[in-house]
Formats: sequence, structure tokens, C-alpha cells
Amino acid sequence: MASTIRVRAIARGDTTEVQALIQHPMDSGYIKDAKGEIIPPHFIQQLTFEYDGKNVFLADWGGGISKDPYIKFAFKGGKKGDDLKISWLDNKGATDTTTAKIQ
Amino acid sequence: MKLRSATQLASAALTLAALTFAAPATAADKIDPVADAKAFKKFFTDKFPKVKLEDFVNGPYSMDEGLHRQWEEKEQFPPYEFSLDMGKEMFTKPFKNGKTYEDCFPNKGIGIRQNYPYFDEKEGKVITLELALNRCREANGEPPFSYVRDEMAALTAYMAFTSRGKPFDIKIPNDPRALEAYQRGKEYFYTRRGQLNFSCATCHVQSPGERIRAEVLAPALGIMNAMPIYRSEWSGMGTTSRRFTTCNSQIRGVPLNPQDDEYRDLEYYLSYVSNGLPISGPGARP
Repeated sequence: MASTIRVRAIARGDTTEVQALIQHPMDSGYIKDAKGEIIPPHFIQQLTFEYDGKNVFLADWGGGISKDPYIKFAFKGGKKGDDLKISWLDNKGATDTTTAKIQ
Repeated sequence: MKLRSATQLASAALTLAALTFAAPATAADKIDPVADAKAFKKFFTDKFPKVKLEDFVNGPYSMDEGLHRQWEEKEQFPPYEFSLDMGKEMFTKPFKNGKTYEDCFPNKGIGIRQNYPYFDEKEGKVITLELALNRCREANGEPPFSYVRDEMAALTAYMAFTSRGKPFDIKIPNDPRALEAYQRGKEYFYTRRGQLNFSCATCHVQSPGERIRAEVLAPALGIMNAMPIYRSEWSGMGTTSRRFTTCNSQIRGVPLNPQDDEYRDLEYYLSYVSNGLPISGPGARP
């Protein structure tokens, strides 16, 4: 299966701008389905962006984040051609990791 | 005295209104799609002189500069990407009998979105892309997909994507039934219905660019070019069928079944009047 993470990281001057889109249901656990039964919570709990062995962005997420979340941020440093490692872990223990080249 | 003159004024205004409404009704006796399409485009280009003709396919994002910038940013990282990938995978994956969707369509299904819907002279009806896809499935012994769910949206998204930039090229063959289908579609578009007594045109001809609650209404010109769409409001993809049925329920009408004759005729009409504008689907909408 294709990765659940899409990333684009572009180095501009001394900062790197990162955009990412993650495919995930992000069920809060408060929504009922058509039969009236609660859809069990299923959401990403931790999202990390790692550059050069260090976390440049770390998010503790919960059920309040929307489905297929999109995120955009910039960090200082980052060179063209370097690797940026992205991973998430959800409340069911599932995880996905991808590595993107900074453009 | 004052009251009386007021009523007289009002009745004079009513007569005037009645007269202006009556005039186009008599002129519409002859079905003339070419003139219709020209008038339709002129209406929108006159109403929005700053918007380029090919930009109308971006719906609400074409309506003002701020929205246009939002759209440009969104297109860099479009929310329909996952659906597009799913559609590509589904499209090339063989059915149980070994055939694929490619075998059902001219040019293997690539770059043909602009020719749909078309009028089938054998059947005497309008054939939309969604209908053709499900017929392809059934002909190959597969169960049809729901017209309003993700699988159908993914397939049409992929087919639209391979046709991006190609101008809509809907043809009305020299067949009185085709002209009638076009005319029925047009009538459906302009007929008021539902508890709110709205026609499609109330929102999409009379008020594009205006807000309906938090949303900006899309112009009817080019509205089919972007289908299927990712709606942030739905947090998911929607097909043309989904758009038509939800539009009808939002005006508190009873929606028809997806791909009923009326919806097919409506899609035929709406696509025809946008002839010449490029396919931009899959689209993203607020």
C-alpha cells in the first residue's frame, strides 16, 4: 500500500517550509454511525518530524483533529537534498513512517 | 389617498414585472443550444468582467482575489490526492474476468472526460461518465458501485485528471430526442422546487459569488468541469450525483435517485453550456 503520508519540504534561505497531508480517519470516539452505534476512537496521538537526528516538530494530537489532517510549518535550518523523517503513532498502536528529501 | 396611489404603483410594477418575464418565455419556443450557450457565457462574463473565461471552472475560488490565492495554495497540496491514487489503482486493476475499465472506453479511458455526458442515439438517452462506469462493471460481471460514494468518486477523479485542460466538447447529435433531452435538462435547471422554492439557477445563476451562510456560491458556468470534488465540508470526495442529490435536499426538496433521467438531462445541459471551458477535475471546494 502506498504511504499514508505526503510531504513536501522546501528549503528557502535559512528556513525550511514543510507541508504534510496524512491519511487517517481521526475518529474522535464521540460520533455515532448510521445504526446509532458509537464509532470507536481512532486517532493519531503523536506526530514527529525528524531532521538530522533531532525532532524539529512534535505534535501530541487527540480526537479533535479533523480527518486526513494537513499540517504546515517552517523550521530553521535544513539543506536541499537532506532527509526529513516523518512518523505517526495512533491510539491503536498503528504507525507509519516515511522519509522525504528536502527540495 | 396615499394608500391608493401606493397600490396603483404596486400593481403597475407587477404588470411591468409580468411583461418582462413573459418576453423570454415566448422567445424560448425554439430550442437553440448554440444561442443558449453563447448567452449563458455572456451572462457570466458580463456579471464578472474581471474573471477570465477559463477561470470559471474554479467555482467559488474564481470569485475574488483572496479566495483565488487560497485555491492556488490548495492546489499545491490538493486534498483529493489520496482519492486520485485510489482511482488510478482501481482503474488499472483487472476485473475477475481479466478485463479492465480500459476495455470499456475509447482511448483506454485516458483523456476522454470532456466527451461525457453524450447522447446515445441507439438508446435515445443521455449517458454520463458515472453511468458508463457502472455499466462497464455490470458488463464484466461486477456489482455496480454506489453513485454517491468514494469508489465512484475515485474512478471519475482519475479519469478527469487525465483529461485536465481539455475543453468540454459535448455534442448534440442531429436527433430530436437529443434536443429534447437538452431542453428537459434546461427546464430542470430553471424550475423552482423544494420547500425553499429554489431552482438551481437561483443560487448558481442569480447569486454566484454571494454567500449562503459561510459558503460562497459557485457560478453555474464551468461547474461541471471540476467534478468530482473534494469538499472540506464533507471531509471527502463527492461525485456529480452526490452534488445533485444534496443540492436538492438542501433546498428542502426530495432528491431523485442518482442517475435518474432528469439528472442525466441536467448534466447534459450544464455540460453543454460550459463547452470550450477546460476540464479541471478533480476539484477542491470549501
